[in-house]
Amino acid sequence: MTYATAALTALGDPTRREIFERLATKPRSVSELARDLPVSRPAVSQHLRHLKEAGLVTDHAEGTRRVYRIDPAGLGALRQWLDRFWDDALAAFKAEADKEAEE
Amino acid sequence: MSHIITPAPIRRAVEVKVPPARAFAIFTAEASRWWLKSHSISATKSPIKDVVIEPRVGGRWFERGEDGSECQWGQVLAWEPPPTEKSQGRLLLGWQINADFKYDPSLLTEVELRFTPAGSGTLVELEHRLIERMGERGVGMRDAFTRGWGLLLESFTQHAT
Repeated sequence: MTYATAALTALGDPTRREIFERLATKPRSVSELARDLPVSRPAVSQHLRHLKEAGLVTDHAEGTRRVYRIDPAGLGALRQWLDRFWDDALAAFKAEADKEAEE
Repeated sequence: MSHIITPAPIRRAVEVKVPPARAFAIFTAEASRWWLKSHSISATKSPIKDVVIEPRVGGRWFERGEDGSECQWGQVLAWEPPPTEKSQGRLLLGWQINADFKYDPSLLTEVELRFTPAGSGTLVELEHRLIERMGERGVGMRDAFTRGWGLLLESFTQHAT
């Protein structure tokens, strides 16, 4: 597994990158994005799904609208991988250290 | 817009039941005892035999496979073991593995570990920072973007922070 691959692939498409950059300026709904871009609403939804799967954006409901924003947790896939890596490493370290303390 | 705000570092903390000097030694000299075999960076398929953090500033941080092959991860930037059993210690490692899972000497992200006495044990705090540099390097190698990760990150992090 290459940890940045998902994010890099997701941003490799120019329209997706454009959407991502627009969301970086402020959270927007699908229809707001579609209005400002030369692509259909279903196409915008599809791009948003890719960005979401790559951990780059998140969404939430506001009334009947779904509003998208960039993921505040950090660098998407890369961060997820490192978060998990250090969780696992520190858990293993703690297990070993505590075992010694109990001996 | 020229806000430069970096993504939040990864922060973790665990409490262990041994005093700081032992916690520091287990984390460094005895890393092979606990390091997960699955946490291998090496391109060879050989399982990890040892994880080595050479005990000095400038020392290497690397894994050695069962077949004897070595894969460097980075280097030691600060080496401050607790001077007494129950005093504070600090370790600063340079993580130089890029987004392609390869050692890249021109990439430097920092992993800082602080060992602080807590009761009869130790609070171990980890911070992995400057991770945005991995994005820059990863993209640089792939040449995937016309405008670059730096710009993306800049706008991204303005709103993420």
